[in-house]
Amino acid sequence: MAAARCRFGTAIFVAGVAATLGGCSGVLDPQGPIASAEKTILFNSLGIMLAIVVPTILATLGVAWWFRASNLRAKYLPDWEYSGRIEMVVWSIPAMTVLLLGGIAWVGSHDLDPPKPITSTTNPVEVEVVSLDWKWLFIYPDLGIASVNRLIVPAGTPISFTLTSDGVMNSFFVPQLGSQIYTMAGMTTHLQLQADQPGSYPGLSAQFSGDGFSDMRFTVDAVAPDKFAEWVNATRGKGAALDPTSFAELAKPSEAVAVATYGAVSQDLFQAIVHPNVPPAEPGHLSQPAMHKEN
Amino acid sequence: MLGKLSWDALPFHEPIDMIVSGLMILGVIAILAWLTVKGHWPYLWREWLTSVDHKRIGVMYCVLALVMLLRGFADALMMRSQQALAAGGAQGYLPPEHYDQIFSAHGTIMIFFMAMPFMIGLMNFALPLQLGVRDVAFPTLNSVSLWLTASGVLLTNVSLVVGEFARTGWLAYPPLSELKYSPGVGVDYYLWSLQISGVGTLLSGINLVTTILKMRAPGMSYMRMPVFCWTALASNLLIVAAFPILTATFAMLLLDRYLGFHFFTTDGGGNPMMYINLIWAWGHPEVYILILPAFGVFSEVISTFSGKPLFGYRSMVAATLAICVLSFVVWLHHFFTMGAGADVNGFFGVMTMIIAVPTGVKVYNWLFTMYGGRLRFTAPVYWSLGFMVTFVLGGMTGVLLAVPPADFVLHNSLFLIAHFHNVIIGGLLFGAMAGYTYWFPKAFGFTLHEGWGKASFWCWFVGFYLAFMPLYWLGLMGMTRRMQHYDNMAWQPFLLVAAAGALVILCGILCTIIQLVVSIRDRAGHRDRTGDPWDGRTLEWSIPSPPPSWNFALMPQVEGEDAYWYMKRRAREEPAGPGRTPDYEPIEMPLNSSTGFVTAFFAVVTGFALIWHIWWMVGLGLVGAFVTMLVFAWRDHDEMEIPVEEITRMDRAHRAETTR
Repeated sequence: MAAARCRFGTAIFVAGVAATLGGCSGVLDPQGPIASAEKTILFNSLGIMLAIVVPTILATLGVAWWFRASNLRAKYLPDWEYSGRIEMVVWSIPAMTVLLLGGIAWVGSHDLDPPKPITSTTNPVEVEVVSLDWKWLFIYPDLGIASVNRLIVPAGTPISFTLTSDGVMNSFFVPQLGSQIYTMAGMTTHLQLQADQPGSYPGLSAQFSGDGFSDMRFTVDAVAPDKFAEWVNATRGKGAALDPTSFAELAKPSEAVAVATYGAVSQDLFQAIVHPNVPPAEPGHLSQPAMHKEN
Repeated sequence: MLGKLSWDALPFHEPIDMIVSGLMILGVIAILAWLTVKGHWPYLWREWLTSVDHKRIGVMYCVLALVMLLRGFADALMMRSQQALAAGGAQGYLPPEHYDQIFSAHGTIMIFFMAMPFMIGLMNFALPLQLGVRDVAFPTLNSVSLWLTASGVLLTNVSLVVGEFARTGWLAYPPLSELKYSPGVGVDYYLWSLQISGVGTLLSGINLVTTILKMRAPGMSYMRMPVFCWTALASNLLIVAAFPILTATFAMLLLDRYLGFHFFTTDGGGNPMMYINLIWAWGHPEVYILILPAFGVFSEVISTFSGKPLFGYRSMVAATLAICVLSFVVWLHHFFTMGAGADVNGFFGVMTMIIAVPTGVKVYNWLFTMYGGRLRFTAPVYWSLGFMVTFVLGGMTGVLLAVPPADFVLHNSLFLIAHFHNVIIGGLLFGAMAGYTYWFPKAFGFTLHEGWGKASFWCWFVGFYLAFMPLYWLGLMGMTRRMQHYDNMAWQPFLLVAAAGALVILCGILCTIIQLVVSIRDRAGHRDRTGDPWDGRTLEWSIPSPPPSWNFALMPQVEGEDAYWYMKRRAREEPAGPGRTPDYEPIEMPLNSSTGFVTAFFAVVTGFALIWHIWWMVGLGLVGAFVTMLVFAWRDHDEMEIPVEEITRMDRAHRAETTR
């Protein structure tokens, strides 16, 4: 259905008619509260500005044409160069517009701050994201499993992401779910997203990261909560375990990596990726960041 | 002996690279051979390469920019065709390691070696003429600036043949640009090219700021300067303030790469976020460095061809200076997605929007300048109107991107690419073309062919919309930048349209070339005898075209804005008597100097040696540059006197033409 709409939209565009009909994918087809709110802000801001921009463009062309040198009916004011009233208006129009939009930007940037929790009756699912050359690793710390290039989440549940990079910078982005955020080595960023309905949503890196960048794609599969639980159970304890050794193997540069899962994840692996020089905490001890023993 | 340089650096194993570099080398050899056979070298050396005349330096900057436009555009064509082809499972014809160099080179060349030289060239040419002075403040330094820029250009182009260029994008974000992830010479070519040309740009900025502040014709107070001078002042102040940041940032990255420092590395306490902050603390002012002179050109063109003074001159000056200051407090909008927090993002979003206020004021003031005018639809006016329509749209999408929640979904997408091409092509390039057409007759004494100029405009205008409107849409569809291939087939039709748009723009570039050839061929018919082909308003139109090296036989007395317009009006109102012969005096002009060219030669040697770790050659280049400076510093003779007879003869001839 969506694909049919897409082709239809494309055909219209190619025919030269502005594609003003509803979106067919990406940002235009939001599938969660964050993406919907962002699309609304985008189109509201666009609408406000078009209300100023379109008349300005028409006035520019109109004035230029009417005051063409060959139009002798137009008045000629060779010394007219100042009018306090007009000055007042030309400073006011953009100032008022910006006042309005500035309010939208300020409020919007607080309402939609990436780490801000999404209001929900369900507890969020924690996901730790690691960008690697050139694939995505998703660790479910509370569930003890991990997945490569495929993120399975329960629909209608907020997902709380903590993100880092094992090397170069990337940007974690699922256009239909909303906000992207950078992944950077040695530090973490935070993001909360939610998919309202079950479905499969493409994700990618939005920050160029080297030769394998174009294949650094993943899918977000939002499934019904009971299906999610089924998947977790089916995955846990099966197949390889993600420990420092298998992580080192995974971290080697590779392109267009196939989807894979890990049935177990060693504790504090994510922290060890963020702070590679800090030895993992011994069980039962609080980890001491910064200082380490071998030095 | 030769550091990292070996035969492997040459592209024998890459057919596409081999053919392109082969053609480039053949082209250069052909031009050099032609110059040698025709015996043009002495003329070229005497009159151009060693010239310290601001007009010739300005022209050479513009020539450099036009040549680099061709190079950068060739990259653009390759990118558009690659993306048009590489859909689904297809990989196109450019592998990632090649494609990545192309988009990095495209951005670097277009910003640093096309846009910058074009604007600096126009400013160099027109500023002293508009201010009513005989040259810039430091003429030899001006020549050094030009040639250092050319050194950067040369090194960047050498990378096509020897070695590789950066594969990191045009701003070379670490950690990708650190030695660990980019061990090749590509990033070093990038860094040293831009360090060398950056010094040239900074020197040029100092030179032009000094010229505007200290060297104006008698009576030319600040509030009587043409608006182009104001925008140039703002632009050059930004250069002086911002380019040291760029140089320092690159220096830190170079220390990381060459000496194992940890400024921006992921280990050892380095922090790549710092680089991103610093590079944009330069990078955002940079876009205003580029666009402000273009605003100045449009102001001159619209006022001249409307036959009216610029509407709201003081407003325009205020708006220009407001943009100049505000451009330093918006840099963070380039990375809202770094997770800085709601207050920081909100602040920078609002600051960014505030810049739109003075910019909007400018648009309305241009509109009211046309109001009540007698607008002549010449090619520069076409470019200006095309700009006003296009730039307003680009500004609008810029404000959209300044809304942090909107940016969270549009950042780094093709929407962003469409936005900045919208303002750079629709603003800067249209401005450069308007300025080129407008001042060409002043520089060469004949006007450019109107028809071909308008054809070029229409191709650029239509081509721009075809090439970039689909990109806006693709950005909304979730396509991100710098993809060598993609699997979403729904994107392909839009990329095909964009590729077609690039071909239309190619026609525009061809029209410009044809226009130049046709105009030179028919120059007798397009001769500008009066020096004032457009019924101009500012002082550059009061002198012959092309102006003599001393520009003004007598220093002009300025009594208001639009100085020449009122001189002409007074001459009409007061019956022209025989008048007394003006008292000409001999003029001291600076002698030509090879300092700039020789310094640049050693700069290239140093840069190339640093890139390839050939340490003895680094020493040789540095000593050479230093000795060149010493030789220049110990000169005892650097001026020549233009005899009164020559000045009298030229000025009389010009007066006879203008009063005819």
